[in-house]
Amino acid sequence: MHFAMLYTNRDSILIKMRPLTEEETRLFFEKLAKYIGENIKVLIDRPDGPFCFRLHKERIYYVSEEIMKKAGNISRDNLVCLGTCLGKFTKTKKFRLHITALDYLAPYAQAKMWLKPTAEQQFLYGHNVMKSGLGRISENTQKYSGVVVYSMNDIPLGFGTAAKSTTECRHTDPGTIVCFHQADIGEYIRSEDTLT
Amino acid sequence: MESSSSEEPRSIAVEKAIEVDIDPGNLLVTDPNEISRLQLNSNPAEYLKDLTRSNTQLLINSIFTLPFHRVDDVIVAELPKPTYVLPRSKPAPKARPLTKWQSYAKDKGIVKKKKSGLIWDEIVKKWVPRFGYRRAEAEHAKDWLLEVPQHSDPYEDQFEKKSEAKSERVAKNELQRLRNLAKAKKIVVPASKGLTSKVKQSKEELLTAVHTANKATASLGKFQPKVGKVKPLKGAGKKRQFDPLINSQEKAKNLSVLDKIMNKKPKIDVEPIVSKSVGAFRPKKKESYGDDDDEGQRKGRRGKQMGTKNSKIKKGPAKKGSFKKGRAAPKSGPKKKKH
Repeated sequence: MHFAMLYTNRDSILIKMRPLTEEETRLFFEKLAKYIGENIKVLIDRPDGPFCFRLHKERIYYVSEEIMKKAGNISRDNLVCLGTCLGKFTKTKKFRLHITALDYLAPYAQAKMWLKPTAEQQFLYGHNVMKSGLGRISENTQKYSGVVVYSMNDIPLGFGTAAKSTTECRHTDPGTIVCFHQADIGEYIRSEDTLT
Repeated sequence: MESSSSEEPRSIAVEKAIEVDIDPGNLLVTDPNEISRLQLNSNPAEYLKDLTRSNTQLLINSIFTLPFHRVDDVIVAELPKPTYVLPRSKPAPKARPLTKWQSYAKDKGIVKKKKSGLIWDEIVKKWVPRFGYRRAEAEHAKDWLLEVPQHSDPYEDQFEKKSEAKSERVAKNELQRLRNLAKAKKIVVPASKGLTSKVKQSKEELLTAVHTANKATASLGKFQPKVGKVKPLKGAGKKRQFDPLINSQEKAKNLSVLDKIMNKKPKIDVEPIVSKSVGAFRPKKKESYGDDDDEGQRKGRRGKQMGTKNSKIKKGPAKKGSFKKGRAAPKSGPKKKKH
């Protein structure tokens, strides 16, 4: 009896989705900071009600506390997802942002790239961005910083990593890659079943 | 061919088309002549018997040409050394594997030098053997007195020390011999496979060993007295503890983590410096643009590179004002997400 109780007690910790540990928070914020920098503060401290980050099945969800409390009643097995999935931890405990995080990255993005209409499709098929497809780039974009990719009419298409800084971009050939693809809205169709 | 029908003794002379090979040492005759298929088919037993007789006759003939002598009324021929190489029934023995020293010497090209068995000993004024029989005797004659080295314990028995060193050497040699033997027979010696503990353990290994030993009691080390100043093992006995699902400090915690990340290292904005230096190194092409203004020149080049009329790549710091700022300023509060 005693053992059975212990077991269920211990299991209940695992069954629930849970807040991030400090280490997980650090990994998550470090990745997020590449895109939105200090603006993470805006996500943590929102004027329109408390929001929180929750870990569930190795994924981080950004969810209002109200919904989180309700979801707390559902066992882990039955809970598919809650709020917005921002990304997941890989098996090696690295954090990957998912395209679903774009809604939160785009408004606060520090570095941006705009694609020419001709290059949009390539990017949405999951390819890197070439210099020839680059319409505009925000100034002071640093090498390997996270960039949010927009279409020319300011629709966020996805995000990636700057392969070249703004200055380097100016002097490179049209064939060089300026942005490494990380996620794009084409994934909503391409990898529909893995996005939660 | 002779006929074998008659009873009378036949001639000892045998004629062969090709001369047979006779090896008297092995008492062996090899007949390279062709076998008559016709005769073999018609009367095989008779033919083979006849062939054997004639070849044996040739062998006997050759034996009688050998030197012979008489031993106890028996004539004995002296057979020469056999010339025919008989094939082995067993495979040839493999070369003995080299010992560790031998293989090392081979690698290094060290050749064994022949040394004389006797060496002249200046102290005993005698030729003494280099090693082996009567060597120890000479040694004793020489070492009736031993010097006590400087900086050493004067009460130490130098003779004992010497004999100990000798026995150590003998033991080492024996060990090496056995090791060579094991290596040759491909036997895994336990000591070489890490079953025994390492001679020198690291600090962490020792610490783990101490803690393991401490816990290796019936009560899992509960009543074990503490031994000196032993550091607790890192991360031992710690269980994962997660924050409760609903906690009020979460926001503060998150903010503190964010603060730590943001204050980790002061970010140096190298971008303007880089752009300046890149600008300085670029070759000047004034004449092609006909513009003395440096900015104007850059503009011209850029336009060419981008190759589009409405390309709006952000320029260096000098052009800040003329372009739309790329840095996003959130116009409104965070998007409200409808769940």
